[in-house]
Amino acid sequence: MAPPFPFSAIVGQAEMKQALLMAAVEPRLGGVMVFGDRGTGKSTAVRALAALLPPMKIVAGCRYGCAPLGKDAADTAPCPDDCRARAGKQVAEVPVPFVDLPLGATEDRVVGALDLERALATGEKRFEPGLLAKANRGFLYIDEINLLEDHLVDLLLDVAVSGQNLVEREGLSIRHAARFILVGSGNPEEGELRPQLLDRFGLSVDVRTPTELADRIEIVKRCDRFDRDPKGFAQTYAEAEAATLAGIAKARKKLPDVSVSDDMLALGSTLCQAVGADGLRGELTLLRAARATAALAGKKHVTAHHVGAVAALALRHRLRRNVLDDTGSTVRITRAVAELIGT
Amino acid sequence: MTDRLARLAAGPEASKTTPDPHSANRWALALAALDILTERLPEGTPALGGILLRARPGPVRDIWAAALARAAHTRRLPASADAEALDGGLDLTATLAAGRPVTRPGLLADIGDGILVVPMAERLTPALAARLAAAVDEGGPLLVLFDEADPAADGQDRVSAGLCDRLAIHLDLNDVRLPMAALVAGDHDFPAETDTVDRDAGAEIDDPATAMASVAAALGIASIRAPIQAQRVARIHAAIAGRRRLAAADVEIAAALVFGPRATRLPPGDTPPPPEENPDTPDEPPPPGDDNPDDAPDSPDAPEQTLPDASDLVLDAAQTTLPPGLLDALANGIQTRAPGGGSSGAKLRSLTSGRPAGVRAGAPGRGARLALIETIKAAAPWQKLRPVRADGRLSIRHDDLRIRRFVARAEATTIFAVDASGSAAFARLAEAKGAVELLLAQAYVKRAEVALVAFRGDIAEISLPPTRSLARAKRQLAALAGGGGTPMAAGIDLARRVGEAERARGRTPLVVILTDGRANVGGGPGMTPHEAALASARAFAATGINSVFIDCSARPRPEGGQIAIAMAARYVALPRLDARAVVAAVNAFGNAAS
Repeated sequence: MAPPFPFSAIVGQAEMKQALLMAAVEPRLGGVMVFGDRGTGKSTAVRALAALLPPMKIVAGCRYGCAPLGKDAADTAPCPDDCRARAGKQVAEVPVPFVDLPLGATEDRVVGALDLERALATGEKRFEPGLLAKANRGFLYIDEINLLEDHLVDLLLDVAVSGQNLVEREGLSIRHAARFILVGSGNPEEGELRPQLLDRFGLSVDVRTPTELADRIEIVKRCDRFDRDPKGFAQTYAEAEAATLAGIAKARKKLPDVSVSDDMLALGSTLCQAVGADGLRGELTLLRAARATAALAGKKHVTAHHVGAVAALALRHRLRRNVLDDTGSTVRITRAVAELIGT
Repeated sequence: MTDRLARLAAGPEASKTTPDPHSANRWALALAALDILTERLPEGTPALGGILLRARPGPVRDIWAAALARAAHTRRLPASADAEALDGGLDLTATLAAGRPVTRPGLLADIGDGILVVPMAERLTPALAARLAAAVDEGGPLLVLFDEADPAADGQDRVSAGLCDRLAIHLDLNDVRLPMAALVAGDHDFPAETDTVDRDAGAEIDDPATAMASVAAALGIASIRAPIQAQRVARIHAAIAGRRRLAAADVEIAAALVFGPRATRLPPGDTPPPPEENPDTPDEPPPPGDDNPDDAPDSPDAPEQTLPDASDLVLDAAQTTLPPGLLDALANGIQTRAPGGGSSGAKLRSLTSGRPAGVRAGAPGRGARLALIETIKAAAPWQKLRPVRADGRLSIRHDDLRIRRFVARAEATTIFAVDASGSAAFARLAEAKGAVELLLAQAYVKRAEVALVAFRGDIAEISLPPTRSLARAKRQLAALAGGGGTPMAAGIDLARRVGEAERARGRTPLVVILTDGRANVGGGPGMTPHEAALASARAFAATGINSVFIDCSARPRPEGGQIAIAMAARYVALPRLDARAVVAAVNAFGNAAS
């Protein structure tokens, strides 16, 4: 199996990479929505990040990827298989899951369903976990989310927010942990996304095909080198990868200690009001994103600079749209940031 | 370049009788593509994804497919295939018969290092196309997609754009004619082996990556996958010839196979080559009032710098396979859509998804899913009557199987047919555009799609194919021009055709005609334009498509009403046209209908 393309070797796309790193540091941010053209390295980046993260510990043999007790307080939801009692103290290490949700996935595949094989053959009523269980504690990537069936999107968001998958069907009643970083991608040319849905995503990124010729040449060159010698290429970037990884680990550790002053809370509210972002979710995400950025930068306090830097990421998809006004959301936010913070 | 490839074309006897250098050229490329796709690659080499072959069924395609089948192990994706056919699953019938789980391998696992041939790729459901795209990403089998869409029919069926983008080679064989002798010889001794080794490969290329990236940018190819794949194609081509470094011939082939068909514009400052394929460039100048800017929109990123050395070579090669229609479009100052640019409109609503609505008897498969509880309930009463199974388990017969049913919401497509003629055209068009945008702004609630047909001068054309994308509508409507006469009949006819196409896709069309009601172009001998419009209107009424006729002349005259009656349309007089009133009229109709 060839190694995946290294995260650090992705040319440009700084905003997308930053957003993904922030989501990896602060899972409560609520996922990243990536808007952009085809062939801009969206799925490459997400795959690369998942592969970069250190293997995670799970209860040995657990079909739901449950975390062993004691380590991580957030992940102690009871397992339907009662894996902790069964496996005892046995712990396995698995790579951080990366699940690519196919566009045509049925509800059965996503949430899980009655294990048909067992039901028919032995008459046993057993739950077959779906993709949500597989994605637990990892990444769930949905390409072209704007083409996904409405009822599936609703379901996914519900699970993403609650961190739990609840199945009540075919005589089964199952509840299992499903905490994942939701990464959606879509091309606005192919269809709009409902605003209710957009609002649920924590961060949103606009990626464009790199237009700088030098960048494009560099991309083709790196891909060519990777094609011909994946291992050697990965070796070249091993140091940069290790640095990124260390950065994430440090930021995760630091995150709980990053303080947010009342001034910054006020600044966040003012900014949201100035751009007309609906709802409290925007404000909350803005501050969480600012904390994650501060943590990644190794700072102890959130400053106005951090708030300004993440404003577009956290708010651009929450602005009320005016059909007859073409001014892009990003422009409106940049303007407000310049006025309030003066960067 | 052309010469060299023409000589290559299918052996000496074929090229002697080939009347058309274009055909020979394309055919040679098709054979080169065949070699490249079927080359055995060392383990771990990144795959090319496959080939998108725009070709309707016919002898040319059959010969190519037969040659492919001889060179590699191929499997054909059945038209009835669903995701389960690709991935495998439980073989229900066998399981029931055997009383133990019997699984059936999916095509993707079964095919090994074979090639998966997908006929009628334009009819693939989005779900299946997405699964195939994922298979390409995971390094699955090579795909050969036959795009059989009629090139003349605009935008009805498109191969999923995401899938196309992942396939390295694109080639259009629709115009290729082969000499009769070659066709008769069939798949016995045709095509002759092409010998790539003998010919002069040209100079070595020092920096292929730079040339590839520059040319892709110059041709307006946005996806970065294209230059990466072109590089891979060139490397495989070099490997076939036993070269360790890329030579001119390698990058030329790669450019012709990968870049040409994807081009959306000609490089800046480049004059179009003589359009031998397009003799019928429109000869009338754009009518007055046409406010097209000189240069194509959407091309601000045209690289200004001079292209590096090897780029000329690559560029020339790419220009041998430019998509037909690109030159026409450029002549008219229009930026073409990216080839294969799909739309969510291609999404088919089947009864396999949506809101659950009970169960019915039937076998699962083709997307239908088993309703387990109902199946067991159906089987239960018969247990005493059926022979007792040795293992004491439930005995289920084929007749007991129940599948779930779903209802999908019927979704609406609103088709605006806008009279873009005369002096009032500007205001009318502006309000029509406003109405389109307002409707699309509501669209995510109702999943409605909007299309726009404009008629003026003596033609009607689709200015906006059915879409629910506001971004796309804004871009395509920005350049809409007005002026000229009123070809009412042509407008009604085109609106009817679009409406019928939408209905064939399982959507509910609503046609909204915006005009001042006076036809003055069209008709024929012994038929006034107005009579022609009435005839078209009656043909429209025969389809039973719902319609609204909005008469926006300052003083409505009887002609408008007559046409509305002939169309069986609801007649609305709106002397003071504005976008909100139009939307209100459309919504009122929707509410009345539902």
